[in-house]
Amino acid sequence: MGDGTVPRMHQRRATTTAPARPELELGRVVPAERRLDGVPKVTGQFAYASDLSAAGMLWGHTLRSPHAHARIRALDLSQALAQPGVHAVLTHEDVPGQKRYGLEFADQPVLAFDRVRYYGEPVALVAAEHPEQARRAAARIRVEYEPLEPVADAPRATELPPIHDHRWTHGHGYLDDPRPNVVRSLVIRHGDPDAGGDVSVAGVYELGMQDQAFLGPESGLAVPDGDGGVDIYVATQWLHVDRDQVAPCLGLRPEQVRLHLAGVGGSFGGREDLSMQIHAALLALRTNRPVKMVYSREESFVGHVHRHPARIEAEHRADRDGRLVCVRMRIVLDGGAYASSSAAVTSNAACFACGPYAVANALIEATSVYTNNPPCGAMRGFGAVQTCFAAEAQMDKLAAALAVDPIELRLRNALAPGDTLPTGQRVSGSLPVAEVIRRCAELPLPEPEELPRDAIRLPGGAGNTTRGEGVRRGVGFALGFKNLCFSEGFDDYCAARVRLFENAGGELVAEVHCAAAEVGQGVTNVIAQVARTELGTENVVLAPHTTATVDSAGSSSASRMTWMAAGAIRLACRAAREELERRGGALAGGEIGVERVYRHPRTWPLDPDTGQITGERAHVAFACAAMRVVVEVDAELGLTRVVWIGAAQDVGRALNPQAVEGQIEGGTAQGLGLALMEEISTRGGLIDNASFTDYLIPTALDVPPVESVLVEDPEPDAPYGVKGVGEPPTVVSTAAIASALRDATGRELARVPVRPDDVVGL
Amino acid sequence: MEVLTPRSLAEALALKAERPDAVPIGGGTDVMVELNFDRARPDALLNLNEVGELKGWSREDGRVRLGAALTYADAMRPPLCDLLPALAEASRTVGSPQIRNRGTIGGNLGTASPAGDALPPLLVEGAEVEVASVRGSRRLPLSEFLLGPKRNALAADELVAAAVVTPSGQPQTFMKVGTRNAMVIAVCSLALVADRERGELRAAYGSAGPVPALVSAPLADREAFAERVAAAARPIDDLRGTAAYRRHALRVLTERALERCLA
Repeated sequence: MGDGTVPRMHQRRATTTAPARPELELGRVVPAERRLDGVPKVTGQFAYASDLSAAGMLWGHTLRSPHAHARIRALDLSQALAQPGVHAVLTHEDVPGQKRYGLEFADQPVLAFDRVRYYGEPVALVAAEHPEQARRAAARIRVEYEPLEPVADAPRATELPPIHDHRWTHGHGYLDDPRPNVVRSLVIRHGDPDAGGDVSVAGVYELGMQDQAFLGPESGLAVPDGDGGVDIYVATQWLHVDRDQVAPCLGLRPEQVRLHLAGVGGSFGGREDLSMQIHAALLALRTNRPVKMVYSREESFVGHVHRHPARIEAEHRADRDGRLVCVRMRIVLDGGAYASSSAAVTSNAACFACGPYAVANALIEATSVYTNNPPCGAMRGFGAVQTCFAAEAQMDKLAAALAVDPIELRLRNALAPGDTLPTGQRVSGSLPVAEVIRRCAELPLPEPEELPRDAIRLPGGAGNTTRGEGVRRGVGFALGFKNLCFSEGFDDYCAARVRLFENAGGELVAEVHCAAAEVGQGVTNVIAQVARTELGTENVVLAPHTTATVDSAGSSSASRMTWMAAGAIRLACRAAREELERRGGALAGGEIGVERVYRHPRTWPLDPDTGQITGERAHVAFACAAMRVVVEVDAELGLTRVVWIGAAQDVGRALNPQAVEGQIEGGTAQGLGLALMEEISTRGGLIDNASFTDYLIPTALDVPPVESVLVEDPEPDAPYGVKGVGEPPTVVSTAAIASALRDATGRELARVPVRPDDVVGL
Repeated sequence: MEVLTPRSLAEALALKAERPDAVPIGGGTDVMVELNFDRARPDALLNLNEVGELKGWSREDGRVRLGAALTYADAMRPPLCDLLPALAEASRTVGSPQIRNRGTIGGNLGTASPAGDALPPLLVEGAEVEVASVRGSRRLPLSEFLLGPKRNALAADELVAAAVVTPSGQPQTFMKVGTRNAMVIAVCSLALVADRERGELRAAYGSAGPVPALVSAPLADREAFAERVAAAARPIDDLRGTAAYRRHALRVLTERALERCLA
């Protein structure tokens, strides 16, 4: 090709260790093994959920709404049923149990009745011998729709007719907001919200709807057990919560529905809600055949929830020395047609709105609304991404207004253990904000590269659009934080079971059961590492992740799984070891089986009227990250190249440093996508870019080398001092890249993804 | 679905005459996307991968004949990349290496997308399209071959056999604007030749009108040329960009291309 090759990502890891608190007994941890799923994945041997098959299997297909909002007048299945190869066509009438389900509120129909509320909402199901037959038959289902005016403008949704007849989210301990279409509104009042400063800056910020864009589309296989029950093999983030939503809709007892983890091709929050689980099970139980469902890429875009688009009005007041006096923010999140986890996302957006800064006074108003847009819910960063983007733009504006270095401004306001958050919660664990800022700021910036260079090392990349004309360099910085584990009084736990036995050679073997979902983050390695550490043996076997043999592990989300799994495995292993010691250190042909449940420190709800804590804490713990970014912008064409990213992250204690770096790089890339290109485009609620042709995600030419510094300040409340690491990089990188683009262009760039038009100023 | 696999051009033309509904497929980088999205389910595919006559390129009387099955990767290799440098640059902007190994110039012509990356460089070099059928073959200028968005002048029994170009040997370049730095469909694109021999500037834009189209002017009109290209384009607002941005970008690209080619 003669065009040179893409520079290999260089990595340099510098680890800094804060002195461990003397009272912390962290314990030795054996070194991490190589990724257990690494070789199978890179060699193509790994079985993903879409690779599942069973003898006599049928294929399921979902008929979906072509409207964002419509009344269903009539459904005629006769032609579909007459198609070749068709074994079943089901509608809401065939749902034997509860007709609705939901992660937090059961507001979403298993199959639509009366009304459809979003583009792509499931209406009917078909099972056929061949997937093409199922698709063709679904197309023959006649649905008579009466289109209704969609509620598509989130900030106006509270003034428009309600899209639900029932207030699903009222009566759950939140503020029961009387306005129509409110999922949750939360106001945090802290100190004197009218406190004035010497300087004030304001802005209105917007974020588009980002998709998780996992490469493995929703897929699974439901197998009837011949006894009225069903086994569901599926790519998911939380097996037990799936079971607890599926069983009531099937009219079955929980133990009749067994969920088993199939190979997960990425999740990022998008597999917290159900997709095809109930549907495949309905078809399997009706036909008494195994039924497989695999969404196409296009279908995947309507098959899971997305990141909430947001509109944020922000005002920051500071004194002459740059100390934040008061932060005021009004946040509107578009929740789409069903609640999903919008209520928790609303809380997160509000609770982390100020960033990791000590703020004496604040007024934060966050509202999530129902609309006829695609449903939004969990995605990596979970509300903190949106507010970090706004808050960090504000901090840069404040630095400019005060003529203070932006990094210095952040240091002056850095939150520290012992400080109080706007919710009234005192930071009791580790949170080395100033250290993270300093370590990031210390990273040397790369020297500007000389011209001429290959086009792929310039903005516009392979497009060959510049040889240096119009190119300006910019440097940005951002800081952010979020919570670890579930919050607001949720009774969160993780179970693990250990079975000790002797193999044929008389060696001790530990079989470890934990339902933690391996979604690519590497939790199976953590489980094995902790078991090897605690049992002192290399003979550790991981049993399949399933609801059948062990209690819930909770969700692989909220940056919680390493913490929770490590806690549970450690408890179970120690109990097994104690039992072994009681037996004199030998099994003598017998075996030991113990199951233990780990709980993190308790949390309490926020007061619905004031947004203040009602107990010691609303959040378990926190983690922060800082990023410094160098960009080059072609200011005439509005094209960009992110040249370099330096990250310092508060990781508690890195059990597996390589995996932590992987999370930082991946999380950074996902935030880069939101900053520069990733947006689900909707018109009147209809998605018009449901494919990877037009929903662009970063390529290797778009993601620069990421230099990571792991700041280790062990978390006192966590096993071994660990912290979750998956989300903080995503929280920060969007804001940091936008900061660098502003530096390069002098433009406000108050909306992401930043479009070429915005950079050029059209 | 039936897959017809002829072993020679004659056999391919006979099959196409017999089955005009058969969709020709080369690298499959367009056709398979259509199938995958369930936008098309033709009764038959005409698999041209075993037709030797369509492969590679040759010189004939100072002209270059690019077989319909010539891949983008082929177009990037010497000596062809030196004969048609803008086409080589355009080929390099197409997809990923895997796509460039599969995708063909003939496919780009057959699809006739406004965003077809090979089309602007062929237009500025005055390419002709050779189409063939059992009735014989004919050559027509590329600008007459492209009729509208994804519409071309092929009759139902015809196949694209080749693109025929007389390389100008004049300075030329190709640029493509996309919202990520690789593997992207053009928001807009531009090929330009500064033909000192003929005293002429020729530019062709992509993704800025219903078909990629040629704009030319005397060399002396250099100062006004960027504006002229921007004014000639007929861009629309769509998912990938706004009409205003496309016009703006064409202006910038033309100025830069003139700099490159006249430096």
